[in-house]
Amino acid sequence: MILLSPEDWAATQGKFIALWTDADYAYALYQPQQLVAVALQDGTYPALPHPGANWYQRLAHDLNGHTAQGATDTRPAIEHHRGPDFAAPWPDFPAPDVEGVHQIAVGPIHAGIIEPGHFRFSLLGEEVLKLEARLGYAHKGTLALMRGKSPRLAARYAARISGDATVAHSLAFAQAAESALDTTPPARAVYLRAIMAELERLANHTSDIGAIAADAGFAFLDARFALAREYICAAAATAFGHRLMMDIIIPGGVAGDIEPAGTEAIRDALAALESELPSLTRVFEDYASLQDRLIGTGIISPELAAAYHPGGYTGRASGQPHDARIEPGYPPYLDHPIHTPVQTEGDVAARLRIRLEEIPESIHLIRHWLHNLPTDALAYQLPPTTGMGLGVAESFRGPVWHWLHIENGAITTAFIADASALHWPLLEHAATTGIIADFPLINKSINASYSGVDL
Amino acid sequence: MVWKTALHHLLTNPPAPAVADSAQVQDLRARLKAASVIKLGRSLAIRHVPAGSCNGCELELRATQNLIHDLTQYGLSFTPSPRHADILLITGVAARNMVEAARQARAAMPDPAWVVALGDCAIDGGVFKSSPAVQGGADAIMPVDLVIPGCPPTPQQIVQSLLTLLEANSLEPMAKPRRVRSRGL
Ligand code: SF4
Repeated sequence: MILLSPEDWAATQGKFIALWTDADYAYALYQPQQLVAVALQDGTYPALPHPGANWYQRLAHDLNGHTAQGATDTRPAIEHHRGPDFAAPWPDFPAPDVEGVHQIAVGPIHAGIIEPGHFRFSLLGEEVLKLEARLGYAHKGTLALMRGKSPRLAARYAARISGDATVAHSLAFAQAAESALDTTPPARAVYLRAIMAELERLANHTSDIGAIAADAGFAFLDARFALAREYICAAAATAFGHRLMMDIIIPGGVAGDIEPAGTEAIRDALAALESELPSLTRVFEDYASLQDRLIGTGIISPELAAAYHPGGYTGRASGQPHDARIEPGYPPYLDHPIHTPVQTEGDVAARLRIRLEEIPESIHLIRHWLHNLPTDALAYQLPPTTGMGLGVAESFRGPVWHWLHIENGAITTAFIADASALHWPLLEHAATTGIIADFPLINKSINASYSGVDL
Repeated sequence: MVWKTALHHLLTNPPAPAVADSAQVQDLRARLKAASVIKLGRSLAIRHVPAGSCNGCELELRATQNLIHDLTQYGLSFTPSPRHADILLITGVAARNMVEAARQARAAMPDPAWVVALGDCAIDGGVFKSSPAVQGGADAIMPVDLVIPGCPPTPQQIVQSLLTLLEANSLEPMAKPRRVRSRGL
């Protein structure tokens, strides 16, 4: 960590990832892993000019009451109860000043089986002029719950930041705790963690690809991809005792070993997916009516992506190659060169192609690690000492960062940055490149987590 | 209360096999046939309300619709509108920011209606229960008829529990739906 003067803090260049505050400092994280800080003055710090910083500055205000001096966006992030007597008044959603504009309000309860959030569309006919997302509905106070607990106890909160990325969050959390307390987990645990992380990537990629196809009217693809996800989850349950592999990764290692039958179950699920993937992929390539819905829809231009540098398939489809498995990188990926596909079209189709391309890579990695599992311990005890640590893991949707400050074995402050924090503003932009009927497709193609940012 | 306790017991036994086996499916179908026709006609519509989940419960709820678990074959389907719903199915804690929306969804449903709390969070707040941002489980917002424990419950557990709800309620006369109030309100 580098402590900066307020002037240097505000002038820092680089690819911004996240910002947060504790009792004394504001911290900012830049790619690949540069952490800078500035001392708070009367609960304030200079606002950062990066567009991605807006969300975090709003969040720091809601969580800790700290104000970014000079910030242009001061809307609440997750706090709804700001009225007198704890009331939660609706905020204003100003519409663009155009003749004939009207608004559509959607949510917080959506039509499908998804998380809660409110979308306010301003439209001219069917054309979306502006989208404003109001989040915070899934706010559970997770960061506060972590404070005062040992990393081992707090791990269950990390596993529940975003259920679809429970493995990635548990992994980033464990790595943050291990780095703070100078512990290296055993090699077997490192490999098992990576196997789980890639299984989680496959489960989400398959089900999301299917869901996007279903929105474009191809229920058949959805059925087949959902089946692939089901096989993966069933194999995960056989191998690790939990379909989503929740709570298996703990600071210091893993909580349990892979079941002997699990190896076979995973290999079978991978083989089933691998054999069907080419024919399913061909459907995307062959059907003009499907392509018509996906190509040119929900564009995030490379210029826009360069301003936010989001991670994951959302970034990779718009020319941002960043993959936390490579940079900063963490074991066991460091010993295993991986290929990250990159495209520049930035539309729904490109995001989908990236995810289709990532599937064979994950299958290959899992097979390799299953075959070469080290045989040392499963976990080491963390010492009850003091330290500060950063951890990162590449979830299916992008990097998730965990930052921990631990004193005598208990967490004093924690911060968690899900990749979604940089995806939400991009969704607001992407929605305005099309008509309202395309929004479900655009939304699913980015699939930002609500719980992951509501914290 | 008895059937709920029995159900809880059933669900804390070792988990069912990973893929629904056909004998079990046959059995569930037969049970449902006996139960639902008396009381509910041929189908039931579920309105899902996320009240502050981590999204794990949603993943498994969605998985009940895949080719293996296929909830729809038992006449249970999801509806976007609470006005068309017989079952309000709540996932997640009663997050302070979702309380009002969840209440409005319940108020929009015609009676008879059942409220199901899906997952440990919805039962009592789960791991989040001591947080000030959380009011507790679903029963902090409205009376709950059935709880489905698990973090998250597996698709098999969800399917079995929902069918048990149908069976239990089909024994009651049509006009007065039976309410099992777990606690509060
Ligand atoms: S019960 Fe578990 S899986 Fe379900 S919402 Fe709560 S933490 Fe997530």
